[in-house]
Amino acid sequence: MSRYEELDATALRNAIQKGERSARQTILEAFERIDALDPALHVFLNTQRQAALARAGELDQRLAAGEKPGALFGVPVALKANMCLAGVETNCGSRILAGYRPPYTATFVQRLLDAGAIVVGMTNMDEFAMGSSSENSAFGPTRNPWDPSRSPGGSSSGSAVAVAAGMVPLALGSDTGGSVRQPAALCGIYGFKPTYGRVSRFGLIAFGSSLDQVSPFARSTRDVELAMSVISGLDENDATCFPEPALEPEATPDASSLAGLRVGVPKEYFPDVLARDVRDRCEAAIQRLRDLGAQIVETSLPHTQYAIPTYYVVATAEASSNLARYDGVRYGLRADGDGTLQGMFAATREKGFGPEVKRRILLGTYVLSAGYYDAWYGRALKVRALLRRDFEQAFEKVDVIVGPTSPTAAFRLGEKADDPVAMYLCDILTTPVSLAGIPGLSVPVGFVEDGGRKLPVGMQIVGPWKGDARVLRVARAYEMATEYAKAAPPMAALVPPKNPAATKTVSSGEGASRGART
Amino acid sequence: MSATPKEPASVENLRKIADLARLDLAPEEETALAGQFATILAQFELLAGLDVSGVEAMVGASRASDVYREDLPRPSAPLADMLRNAPAHTAEFYVVPKTVGGAGSSGDARDARDDR
Repeated sequence: MSRYEELDATALRNAIQKGERSARQTILEAFERIDALDPALHVFLNTQRQAALARAGELDQRLAAGEKPGALFGVPVALKANMCLAGVETNCGSRILAGYRPPYTATFVQRLLDAGAIVVGMTNMDEFAMGSSSENSAFGPTRNPWDPSRSPGGSSSGSAVAVAAGMVPLALGSDTGGSVRQPAALCGIYGFKPTYGRVSRFGLIAFGSSLDQVSPFARSTRDVELAMSVISGLDENDATCFPEPALEPEATPDASSLAGLRVGVPKEYFPDVLARDVRDRCEAAIQRLRDLGAQIVETSLPHTQYAIPTYYVVATAEASSNLARYDGVRYGLRADGDGTLQGMFAATREKGFGPEVKRRILLGTYVLSAGYYDAWYGRALKVRALLRRDFEQAFEKVDVIVGPTSPTAAFRLGEKADDPVAMYLCDILTTPVSLAGIPGLSVPVGFVEDGGRKLPVGMQIVGPWKGDARVLRVARAYEMATEYAKAAPPMAALVPPKNPAATKTVSSGEGASRGART
Repeated sequence: MSATPKEPASVENLRKIADLARLDLAPEEETALAGQFATILAQFELLAGLDVSGVEAMVGASRASDVYREDLPRPSAPLADMLRNAPAHTAEFYVVPKTVGGAGSSGDARDARDDR
């Protein structure tokens, strides 16, 4: 039998369903892995060990009693700490929400639970999903399992590493400007941002409401499809959700062939800032698509250079509005300030938010303020329309578009921490897709060498609006022809020798939060 | 505000924006942020050079419209659940510093905070 960390969610579910392993055993193995690796990688803000074990035992009993198992029966999953599960601390990587236990459960989380998934904990993230490295978490950075001196990307850093390091086969992140695709690329796994409206945002703590989309991480394309089949579909609590039922995989006569498929390669997606070796890996992957029968077509997305400023105007504007609710009244931190109501608001926010969140709230407030609204926010919305039109015109001639996910492989922690503009440029290839509201999947396409370490490279496959199943089909054919997604990071060096002290570092108590103690 | 889109990054203008955002800033934060604002807004300037005449604004990514659910009465979330996360509350209300009937009456809020 394969080891726990080598099995994807589909294989684990099948094994549990057939009685080859129990849900309880599976959860014990998940926590063994988490206990061994979390001290070195800092993936979880809290773990739900007792609840997960109790639920696993209950699932085993239900299976023994003849219940038909759900699509994720017994599968351990991790959630980004901006997702609501009633009663479990979710703090968005922020001091302002430390200790917050939501009174309700997100629709997509409830769907995971209804399908038999077991939540093992909440994962670390850049504060309020603002960042590309995990360094904006108020509770310390997460580390890349391929090289712990490097960032795993962000903002869904912990969820990406939980999957890449074999702690769980499946985790959810949220992608606003690349926060799932970029860490997936830097960690060597799949990260899929669906079409905006595919997954309900009810219970996802808001950052940029016109951009946020719940997005799965997995180590196989079939697991991405499995997760999407569970979490997508209409929700009466989110009016931006479109009415189609859950996403179904595209049926194809031969899944290994891409004959007849037109793959667009935009010249703007190979800019000067792109690392040479990343370019080489992506060009090799494009050649592989050609070998599989695809027709490669050069295409153009002429407004790409405007995506970063457009994104940072739109996203900060929406953030400044969404984050106005953190005022010390209904939840989270309160600081008294000068004792007046206004003073309490301002002191609470000064104390509770970190530097990047403050920066974005101020930028967003500025671009929406009287006298500047038209020049910045109003103009950005028009440029956003031009960016979407670029894609619509390109998709008249091609079926999917491909390019690098991130301009570089994983960078060192601290390397960009003091330069917001350098950090924003990490999003240069993912933000256009977010602004257009279309689906994008980061696929592992190989490795580059740096400082004696192998570092993963990701390629983004972009589909037209609602073209989610087509994106997944292309990724599936590429997956069948390559082995990159099966490579595991060299983690033996991270695992401390087995002794009782080594397993005490991860919180073992119910709902214990390392974040709250730092 | 006195700033133009080309010169928003002075400390004075930053204070006005921070006031609108209900955000206190320490003096060292103001200086650092003003410098970063200048750099970031220089990047944003790219947008000003693009001709967007006749382009309709894209106000969101959703193409769903007229989405309604059945208008049915249903129970609200339990009051105690909604109050549980508040820094200060009574059995029925959130408690905030007094805003009418004279200044400086945070004593009520402090009492209530002990009450949770």
